[in-house]
Amino acid sequence: MTANPLEFRDPQRARELTEALERAVAAIGRNPVSVMHVCGSHEQAIARFGLRATLPRALNVIMGPGCPVCITDMPEIDEGVALALQGVRIATYGDMIRVPGSAGSLADARAAGAKVDVVYSVAQAADLARETTEEIVFFGTGFETTAVATAAILLNDPPPNFSVLSAHKFIPPVMEIVSEMPDTRVEGFLAAGHAATITGSGIFEAFVARHHIPVVVAGFEPLDILAALLRLTEMIRDGQAEVSNMFPRCVTREGNRNAQEQLWKVFKPIGGRWRGIAHIPNGNLRLRDEYAHVDARKRFTIDVNALWHRSPSSLVRQCICGNIMAGIASPSDCPLFGRECVPEAPVGACMVSSEGTCKIWHQYGGVPDLRAPAPIEGCLRCVPAEPAPVPAPRVDGGVA
Amino acid sequence: MCLGVPGRVTEVDEMTAVVDFWGVKRRVRLDLCDEPVQPGDYVLNHVGFAIRRIPAEDVQTTLELYEQLLRENTGQGPEDLMAADVRAEIEAGRS
Repeated sequence: MTANPLEFRDPQRARELTEALERAVAAIGRNPVSVMHVCGSHEQAIARFGLRATLPRALNVIMGPGCPVCITDMPEIDEGVALALQGVRIATYGDMIRVPGSAGSLADARAAGAKVDVVYSVAQAADLARETTEEIVFFGTGFETTAVATAAILLNDPPPNFSVLSAHKFIPPVMEIVSEMPDTRVEGFLAAGHAATITGSGIFEAFVARHHIPVVVAGFEPLDILAALLRLTEMIRDGQAEVSNMFPRCVTREGNRNAQEQLWKVFKPIGGRWRGIAHIPNGNLRLRDEYAHVDARKRFTIDVNALWHRSPSSLVRQCICGNIMAGIASPSDCPLFGRECVPEAPVGACMVSSEGTCKIWHQYGGVPDLRAPAPIEGCLRCVPAEPAPVPAPRVDGGVA
Repeated sequence: MCLGVPGRVTEVDEMTAVVDFWGVKRRVRLDLCDEPVQPGDYVLNHVGFAIRRIPAEDVQTTLELYEQLLRENTGQGPEDLMAADVRAEIEAGRS
């Protein structure tokens, strides 16, 4: 049945790609050359296959603000927590309930007696509302891929006791801000495949024209990522700035028009903070005035001030999630990483989500760069500090 | 929340379809799909919504990628976050 089982994991192809990448980065002649991805799934794939070890030393692949759970701002979580503590039943995606706000998480609210339901889909939250007379507020988080789902539910006769507290975010505007951060100096972006399935690769054209920074839409498979990095570095080398779609299996230039129409019918982009990063003009998706009746912010008086007597953990102040998502720090720079902050007891949002950089790095032995100074005991993927000149690409899924 | 999962459409009614994800059958909404679907088509599912009908010529390649991802994670070594996310997405609406 498998026509070409090695199409994705062909080690020879991986070697060719990494060698070409080495040449392209050498030809750029700068160190480091920094590129950024904005997708938690890209970081998962990079860590899982130890891709950073196969990359040129001068190529710095930064994980940007691509984890939707992580960039949900504390005041937004506070709104959810306050509403839950006021007695309103909240439904939200699983990872969200453990993310600390400035005075605890939704899980803390639940432990204090609030009703908080975990749902897999906004459709389940609407179904929940159909089964009860209680008010159900869906705390909607995530990028365009989940925002379209929220929009579709609101456009299809949601039950009268259902409303939405939107913390949805829109990715393209954050790229504008991050590309202008002086400490980050991003020279190219890898854009996430499935978000671009909705918006289309064309959405990045205006950004590229304005900033003269190339964007490559990439898939999630290691060879997809290597090929996309090669395309990106070649464009940097040649002083080219274009949008390149390296994931045509899933992404077209126009994207999914049907989904886009529903998204913009229900949501409007407004400025707002992304946790730890900055105020992002047009980076937040809020319900349009026509949907005020299903907007939890209009339907309820959310008393965030009531949280003030709940003191936040002093550890939160040491958390550097924001710097990590802005690409100016790594989890290993954080004094809490792996000590006070672990997946079982996360201090920051990046340790909660499976798409959070800290959780991913923690999962893969602390430092998924195989050139780490000292191999970590028990790490199956670690290699000695000074590897052979051309390390074999770890893309075959085997164990070193 | 970023990664969709492909599955085969087995039944279609107006707004939803029953989709088979490696033996796990689930009802998926079609509101957001880019193209009309019929039984036998493959769709990319994301949080309970089909967000793309996978073109016939891309089905095989897409399935192989996910099968490889799922097959390789057999409980050896650390839990694989990407495979776990895909599995969670498949298992989520199991009735």
